[in-house]
This record gives sequence, structure tokens and C-alpha cells, in this order.
Amino acid sequence: MTTLLEMREITKEFPGVKALDRVSLSVAQGEIHAICGENGAGKSTLMKVLSGIYPAGSYDGEIYYDGALAQFKTLSDSEDRGIVIIHQELALVPQLSIAENIFLGNERAKAGVMQWQETYGRTEALLAKVGLRDNPGTLVDSIGVGKQQLVEIAKALSKDVKLLILDEPTAALQENDSRKLLDLMLGLKAQGVTCIIISHKLNEVRYVADTVTVIRDGMAVSRLDARKGLEEDQIVRDMVGRDMSARYPERERHAGDIVMQVDDWNVWHPDHAERQVIHNISMNVRAGEVVGIAGLMGSGRTELAMSIFGKSWGRAISGQVKLHGRPADLSQVDRAIDAGLAYVTEDRKSLGLVLDETIRFNTTLAHLEGVSTKGVLAEARETEVAERYRQALRTRTPSVMQQVGNLSGGNQQKVVLAKWLFTEPEVLILDEPTRGIDVGAKYEIYSIINDLSAQGKGVIMISSEMPELLGMCDRIYVMNEGAFVGELPAAEASQERIMSLIVNE
Amino acid sequence: MPSSEPTETGLKSYLKAHMREYGLLFALIAIMVFFQIVTGGTLMRPVNITNLFLQNSFIIIMALGMLIVIVSGNIDLSVGSVMGFIGAFSAVMIVEWNMPIAVTIPVALVMGGLIGAAQGYWVAYWKIPSFIVTLAGMLVFRGASLWLLQGQSVGPFPGGFQLLSTGFVPDILPRDATSGIAAALGSRNFNVLAMGVGVAAAATIVWLGLRDRARNAAYGIVGEPVKFFWARNAIVLGALLFLAFKLATFRGLPNVLVTMGVLIVIYSFVTQNTVIGRRIYALGGNEKAAKLSGIKTERLTFLAFVNMGVLAALAGLIYAARLNTATPKAGFALELDVIAAVFIGGASMSGGSGKIVGAVVGAFIMGVMNNGMSIMGIGIDYQQIIKGLVLLAAVIFDVYNKQKQG
Repeated sequence: MTTLLEMREITKEFPGVKALDRVSLSVAQGEIHAICGENGAGKSTLMKVLSGIYPAGSYDGEIYYDGALAQFKTLSDSEDRGIVIIHQELALVPQLSIAENIFLGNERAKAGVMQWQETYGRTEALLAKVGLRDNPGTLVDSIGVGKQQLVEIAKALSKDVKLLILDEPTAALQENDSRKLLDLMLGLKAQGVTCIIISHKLNEVRYVADTVTVIRDGMAVSRLDARKGLEEDQIVRDMVGRDMSARYPERERHAGDIVMQVDDWNVWHPDHAERQVIHNISMNVRAGEVVGIAGLMGSGRTELAMSIFGKSWGRAISGQVKLHGRPADLSQVDRAIDAGLAYVTEDRKSLGLVLDETIRFNTTLAHLEGVSTKGVLAEARETEVAERYRQALRTRTPSVMQQVGNLSGGNQQKVVLAKWLFTEPEVLILDEPTRGIDVGAKYEIYSIINDLSAQGKGVIMISSEMPELLGMCDRIYVMNEGAFVGELPAAEASQERIMSLIVNE
Repeated sequence: MPSSEPTETGLKSYLKAHMREYGLLFALIAIMVFFQIVTGGTLMRPVNITNLFLQNSFIIIMALGMLIVIVSGNIDLSVGSVMGFIGAFSAVMIVEWNMPIAVTIPVALVMGGLIGAAQGYWVAYWKIPSFIVTLAGMLVFRGASLWLLQGQSVGPFPGGFQLLSTGFVPDILPRDATSGIAAALGSRNFNVLAMGVGVAAAATIVWLGLRDRARNAAYGIVGEPVKFFWARNAIVLGALLFLAFKLATFRGLPNVLVTMGVLIVIYSFVTQNTVIGRRIYALGGNEKAAKLSGIKTERLTFLAFVNMGVLAALAGLIYAARLNTATPKAGFALELDVIAAVFIGGASMSGGSGKIVGAVVGAFIMGVMNNGMSIMGIGIDYQQIIKGLVLLAAVIFDVYNKQKQG
């Protein structure tokens, strides 16, 4: 079997981070090659290098494609050679029809005039190939995510694709849609199309893949032949088996009474009425306890947190939340705050901070009552509060009048924490509290979390980094596809156990 | 006491960071000096200064509400029409229905609030872009005033109503008592109240500024360099005292100036020093973050429009009183002057920034240019072109500054 693609010793660095470290990948003609790895392992970066999104020259190493050295400068360079990448977030224009989307940028036109018959005719042929029977004139907006995924593949086929790359194609799909998609991949393989699938769902990998490459921390750690039968344990160990080099501050573990109890929580998608996103979740947090929620991206962790916090996400929310044993009214954000809940958002820039404003402005924003009398702000008190939290959290800034947009990620996160600490919550939900911040700042954030638990607050920590959860939490809920699939006390938890709960559903 | 005088580079960087605020002040001064010279001194005659206030009062009053709407991340294109409609409505009430003024004014203000509420409802709770909702409002209320007035002018108003716009606050001292000062100054009279208010306002501004500096210093916050503080205050004080003197030597304090002054103080206070003001900036700066901080963003947006409606109604009353008649054309295209004033004053199109003082200065820049160019006899054609270019220049200046900082 000939080799279609060979990536040799690819190294890609971002300021301060080595995203890829001498990664080699070899894909044979006509096979389905799976790339597995945790979030942030470097899978998507590798594909961006391949497709020219990171142009030749911005990385070290060589790419041989179809027998020759390839140096793609842009995405269209690689597309011209038959490499098509379909991203997790679909690149379709919802307001255009299926046919218009498929030929977007590649319009069937003569002298600038659209040839609609040809466009529609060819679209129908392409849709038949991917097993869709929708009218080419249907707006993409009005078909489900599963079908949209197929439209993307039809679009790829319209470009005479030789190497099709699917980046977590089933992340947003229901069970039967996923199966259809995987069958389609096998069908394409039979027609000679080579596929790379990025996935961490091992059942899917086992179903379609011929070869598996596992990437961890920017390095290719193993290459397995799936045709000889896959050892799932082996893959899981390879995916998570990094050293616990990051350190976590010590904490005295002493869980008190239950502060927050969630029962039978169900949430539906705000836009897609038929899609249930959170299924029957029940959980609790004790005073002084740090509880983790582990799960992959898209498993519904953020949706769970936001739906509890003032019904900020989703619709038709049902279930009950009790605080200190009494039913709590969390129906709006301000009520949730009054009830003693705080939610530190995952995306601090777009959801957590007003970037153009000062540290002081942001620190007091969720609890302006605390720095005002009869609706009039007491500037001195406000400065005092901001200053107090700046010192307590060791936010590095010349003054609290600094714009938060100018701070580093770690310091921005401290401002967000300060904002929520000032509301004096009983329970804090931290959504990816250390994402995108450096190791030193992470340690400081961990220390702050430990201080909170020492004060008897309940902490819920959502994180994609399993070592972090294992290092910090007393108990870990494992979440997958909107439901809890397991609950592990810290003593029994390990990365392997969490991963196998996720992949085995 | 050791002084913490910043170094030369500190001064420079401070000036850079606050280029906009100083630039605005200097632009106003430069424009006034320019027109003072080219009009041969007419611009700053007491009667013209008084006129400047009377002519621009309704724009400034609406700019206060517009600033809040724009800071919240919206826009209101309907204010000119609403203002015209309320003028027409009050004219019909007073002239045709013989309602007393004491009833008409509150009813008109409530009506303005209702109009604002009707528009704000769609913007806030249905998330319909304010541009579209208020564009519709602009057409609806322009049509409504035509319908209400049957295409005719309605007037004149009884004398009491006109005082709203053209009246002056009576002096605290009888004229005889001040005739000596007037004679010494070579003017016909001297209004002690106007001068007194000017001095009091100047003193208050300095006192507030010093108090602020002291508080900042207590927390180690580096504020405005001391030189800048005094230079800026000297200019503002000089201008205030100069204006007060001019007013004093004419007919004193116009009623409308008092209304306007009180409103400016209230709105500055509300936007800068209250919880609700703070929340409006947060809403405009990052709506999602504001919402997740427990701020009722919908209600705030709604209230911003209600407030705008009330102020547009007040402006409509003042305008009608000034013309002494309500015409179907009243307020036509005025929303553009109001919006221009707010943007010249430094507000950002995307919301979250802008100050009341800026909007007021912006309105005066527009007002002085209108007035000066009219005195010079420049045609309306050129006037429009020049005003348009000034607006563009102001915004380009803003963007340029931001890029240089970023």
C-alpha cells in the first residue's frame, strides 16, 4: 500500500508553548486513519499545519503529500491538492441553501452569472453520494446538525477530495446520526478516498479506523494497527499517561454538610427544541468540598452550570436545586447570586469581564449594593474593596484603575474571581478556571480555591484537564453527552478510570 | 509633603491616554475663538451668548438621553419626530382643548415616556435592533404630528407657556440696586443672580475636583498631573465666569439654561456615581458579562428608552414654546444633530463608553458652528457639508487615538 501523506518531525511553537514536538504521521492511500488524544494534545494544531492554515515556514519539519514535498501557504493551496478539512464548528452559511453552500467559493457560473441548473443538478448527485435526499434549495438553517455535517462532506466531495479530514465529526451528533456518518466514511473509503478522523470516542475509532495515532502533549506517543484488534486500555493509557509534573497545593480535606443539592436536572437546547442537552443530572456539594466535573468538550458541562446559574442557558429547564436543604429560587441571575451562588465563566473575555473598564469596575460589578448607599456609589469604598481583593489574590497590576483588557490571562482570571468572591457566595462553580494561563498563575488559582474550601465554601470545578481535577478535587463526577456516567471519590479516581467511563458510555 | 510630580514621559503618556478629553475642550475653544474673530466679535456679544443657549437647549437636553441610549449599545433615530409630535400634542391640548399649562406639561412628559416605552419594549424584550425600531418610530411620529396638526401650524401659546423657553429668572436684587455696577461696566443692567450662580458653579467645580484628587491620592491612584488639573480648571473656570458675566450684562439667567444646567448635573451624577449608571456602562461594554453578573439588561435597555422619550418630550415643549407655535416640521432631522453631538463628544458606536460632559461639549461645538456660520452668512448648503466633515473628523480622531494606544 502506498503512502499518501507523510508528516515528518513537525514542530510548531506558539509564544511560550510547544504545541507540537517532532510529531510524525504517516497515512496510507485509501485507509481511515484515526488521531486520538485529549483536549489540547495538539491534534487540531497538527491538522492546521497540514491544511496550510499555519503556512509552510511557520513550523519545522516536512510534509510529503502524494509523493512530493508540500509547502502549503494557505488553506486553498491544500484544497487545490485535494485535502479538505471539516472542522468541529461547521463552516456553512445558515441563510444560504444547501446547493449554494456546497458551491460557495467554487460557484458554477459563466462570466459571473450563476448556472443554477448545473448547480442544483450537481448538488443532487453529490447529496445522493452522501445519502441525503433533501432538496438542494433547502436552507441549511432548517436542517439538523447531522445533515449539515453530511452537507459539509458533500461540499468536500465537490472539490474532488483525496484526503478528507474530519475533526471530531460526531461531537454534536446523536447516536444514529453518528452511525450514519461513520458508515458514509466506510463507503468513501471503498471509493478510494483517504480519511483522517480526529476523535476520542474509542467505539467509533474501533468501528472505522485502520490505523490509530495517539497524540499527547504535542507528541505522537504511539501508532497502532487497528486491523489487528485494538487494545482500548492501551489507547487510554497512551492518551492520558503523562507525568503528574504539575503540582497542587496541599489542602486539608474536611467535607461538612451538604450545601447544594441538585435533583433530576433536565435542560433542552434553546434553539433546537427537540434536542435534550442535559439528562436527569443529580449532584451535591458539601461545605468545604471541591467537586470536579470531568468530561470532554461538548459533553454539556458548561450548559449544566449555566442552566443552574439563573437559567442562563437552555429552555424547558426542570429539576430542583436545594441550598442548605431548602429549595432555592435560582430562576434569574440576580436571585442566584442572592441565594449564594457564583459562576466563574469558561470564557472570561466574552462572558466574564468588561475589558475596556478598570479592575475596580469589574471587581464590584456583581455586587454593587456592597459599595453603594441608596443607589449612590461610594467611590472610596469601591476602591477599598478592589484594593483588598487585589492584595488577597495577588493580582499583579500597578493600580486597580488599570483596564482589565491590559492584564495577562492569569491576572484577568483573578479579577473575575475577585468579582465573585465579593458576592460572598456559598457555592462557587468554576468553569475551566485555569484555561489559557501559565503554570505559576495556575498554582496561585489552586491556592485560592483551597482557601475557599478552607472557609467552608462548596466548590464545583469543571475542567478538561484531568490531572487538575485529580490533584484538586475530593470527588469527581464524570459527564458524557449531557449525563453523569460515573462518580468517583478522589481516592479511587485515576485518569484511566475517568477516560474509560467516558469512552465506554 | 513630598510631591509625586510625574516625569516628563508620565505627562506625555497621560496626555496620550486622555487626548480625547483635552482635544474636545481645545476644539470647542478653538472654534469659539475662530468664530469670534471672523464674525468681528458678534459671537460673544451678550445677546448672542444668550441666544446660543436658547437655540441649543433642546439639542443638549436630548443629547443627555441619547448618550445613555448610545452607551447602552443602542441608538434612537426617532427623537426628532417624537419631539415634534409632543410639541404638536401640547399645542393641541393648550390651544384647541384649552387645557391649563400645569396639566399639559406633565401629560406631555408622560406621553413622551410612553412613546419611549413603546419603542424600548421591542428593543429590550424582543431584541429587535434599535436602529429599525426607532426608524419606524421616526416615520410613525412624523406622520402622527402631521395628522394631529392637520398639516397646519397651531399657536400661539399663552404667555405663561412661552416662559418655559424664553423667560428669564428674576434677579435677586432690584434693578436700582445694581444700576451702579451696570453703569460702571457700561452695560444697561447687571444681573447679580447670573453672576452669583456662575461664581458658585465655578467654586463647586474646583472643590469637587480637589476632593476627588485627595481621595485618589489616599489610595495611591495616579490621577491627572497637577499642572493639567489646574490648567484645565483655569480654562473651565475662565469660560464659566466669562459666560456668567456676559449673561449678567444682558437679561440674566434664561429659564431654559437653569433647566438644562440642573439636568446636566443630574445626568452626570447618575451616569458616573450611581449603581444604575454603572450598570448601563456594563451593559454597553459587555452585555453577556453584565447579564451573568446579575444585571437585568433588558429592563435597563427599556428604561434608557423611556428616559429618552421623556427628554424628547421636554425638548418638544421647549421648542414649541420658543417658536410660540407647533409646526408639522418641528424637529425634522434633529435626531441627526443630537446623535452627532454625542459621537463628537466621544461616545463609542459599540456602546460602553462616553460621558455626559462630552455630549454637552459636542452639542456646543455643533451649536457654535451653526450659530457662527449663520452670522457669517454661510449658506445652509456649506453649513451641512462642514458639519458633516467635523463629525467624520471627530470620529476618525477617536479611532486613530485608539489604534495608537492599542
